[in-house]
Amino acid sequence: MTNAIFTGLMLGGMYALIAMGLTLQYGVARIMNLSYGEFLVAASFASYWLFTGWALNPLLGLAIVVPIGFGVSMILYRVLLTPLVRRAPTRDALEVDSLLATFGMMFIVQGIMLTMFGGAYFSYSFLAIPVTLFGETLALNRLIAFGLAVAFGLALYLALTRTRFGTAIRAVAVDPSAARLVAIDVTAISAFAFALGGAMVAAAGVLVSMFLTFNASSGVIFTMKALMVVVMGGVGNLLGCLVAGLALGLSESLVATFVDPGLTLAVNFALFLGVLLVKPAGLFGRAQR
Amino acid sequence: MSPTQIAALLAAGLGLVVLALLPYYADAYYLSLAISLLQFTVLATAWGMFSGPTRYVSLATTAFFGVGAYTVAVLGEVLAWPLVLLIATAIGALMAMVVGISTLRLSGLHFVIFTFGLAELVRQLVIWYEVNKTRVLGRYVFVDITQNDIYWQLLALAVAVFAIGWLIARSRLGFALRIIGEDETVAKHCGINVTLAKVTLFAISAVFITLVGAIMAPRWTYIEPSIAFNPTISFQVVIMALLGGAHRLWGPAVGAIPLTLLFEFLSARFPSTSTLIIGIVFLLIVYALPSGVVGLWERVSRRKPEPPAAPQVQT
Repeated sequence: MTNAIFTGLMLGGMYALIAMGLTLQYGVARIMNLSYGEFLVAASFASYWLFTGWALNPLLGLAIVVPIGFGVSMILYRVLLTPLVRRAPTRDALEVDSLLATFGMMFIVQGIMLTMFGGAYFSYSFLAIPVTLFGETLALNRLIAFGLAVAFGLALYLALTRTRFGTAIRAVAVDPSAARLVAIDVTAISAFAFALGGAMVAAAGVLVSMFLTFNASSGVIFTMKALMVVVMGGVGNLLGCLVAGLALGLSESLVATFVDPGLTLAVNFALFLGVLLVKPAGLFGRAQR
Repeated sequence: MSPTQIAALLAAGLGLVVLALLPYYADAYYLSLAISLLQFTVLATAWGMFSGPTRYVSLATTAFFGVGAYTVAVLGEVLAWPLVLLIATAIGALMAMVVGISTLRLSGLHFVIFTFGLAELVRQLVIWYEVNKTRVLGRYVFVDITQNDIYWQLLALAVAVFAIGWLIARSRLGFALRIIGEDETVAKHCGINVTLAKVTLFAISAVFITLVGAIMAPRWTYIEPSIAFNPTISFQVVIMALLGGAHRLWGPAVGAIPLTLLFEFLSARFPSTSTLIIGIVFLLIVYALPSGVVGLWERVSRRKPEPPAAPQVQT
């Protein structure tokens, strides 16, 4: 039982971490990024490559991969997505356009990874040392990943709520046209939020690669989990991300332990639908219109 | 009827006869190509039937397709063929209704996310069931269906999908759906049962997709979940319908034919990079042809009122 709860918390923390970047990209920049998981896996591959090819510690690798994630996302937003933002007459139309564009992007990134690495599964062994905590044995790399996930989440939360720039980001998330009236550069903030989301997903990819096996086509499942967490928690809400991520992780590990490991996805979907039937805007979401 | 309409009807009838006789004069390669073309024409048209007027993007094509194929794998040897198809229809419709009732009342975004995961969910459930209850993963399909039979069944299904699509567009349901697509709030205030209309259409569209899966199943002699629930099918169908233009009944078919040929060519010539190339083609279509070939043609010829410039789907 405690083991199941521990595993669930770890898994939930990972889901929350994965979803935090998406909640920024979708909540602020209004880009519903279906290629999100592919970028996560790309970061995992980068970490794998750095670790096996250059013997670089993945935790140091973060310092390389995360800025690259930020830069790539920034370029992507400026080059590919800004034309869509300009073309879209309404926010709804932008959501559709970005959905389709990132759906195409998903196949491009996946195609590049398939050409480079093939379809095989990859993993590497880093800090796979057993640690005993509260009478349960856990792997050190998972603990470190969890700790860093909490740290990243906390830092992001403080940055968004305590700084002037973070307030501007939240203003754009709430109402872009009103934000423009108080001299906030909405385009620049959106681009920044999208890139910050890209940096978060790169960090998540590196952390996940320390303890999960991955292959070129495993991005879809990450995208799906991240989308569910974001929508369940309420779009653009970091606290909601955390709660929804933990709920998803806990339910998954409890079902895997006590019912059947083959039904985890079914439980995820049941939880997702259950929450949305009661609160269509998500746990912490404000009802729109 | 005006002379041009009669001529068009005659041409369509003649074309149908030529197509129906194809197995007698084409060799095996062209027959299998024709089967692929028909398969994607039906899939894309059925997708456009729902997503065109309502502007809800469905990414669940492969879920229904796989359910159809699996129905045949399980029941194909036990029951008569028409009965198997009937059961596939019922299962597809039931699944569409469950999904539709639980997600279509919510916003379009939730629908997209749910359909995005639906294939994966159904696949996991099938694997779970097979491993725990029947203890076989992967089944052989031994049914007495030839390539010619598959071809004729698909052709009949294609005729049916166009006929039903045409009838729906002229019915109260079609009119209601166009209003929903324009503005859902207005539709509600006109007294339209929005959820009922959407779920009905989603079920009709899903039945066609399920039937295609069922008809295509004998083509593989061996089926396992990863073959039946292949995610690229969902993707290919969306891109075909978008290339053609989902806002007209004929649009998706216009996109399906060139893209099926392109995919066939790519998978033969560049098997390892085809995913990448397909992705690039998709992006080109989204950026350059937001309302599809049909939309472009309408804009150029200016016979119809200006089609909406924004893409045809809403979340």
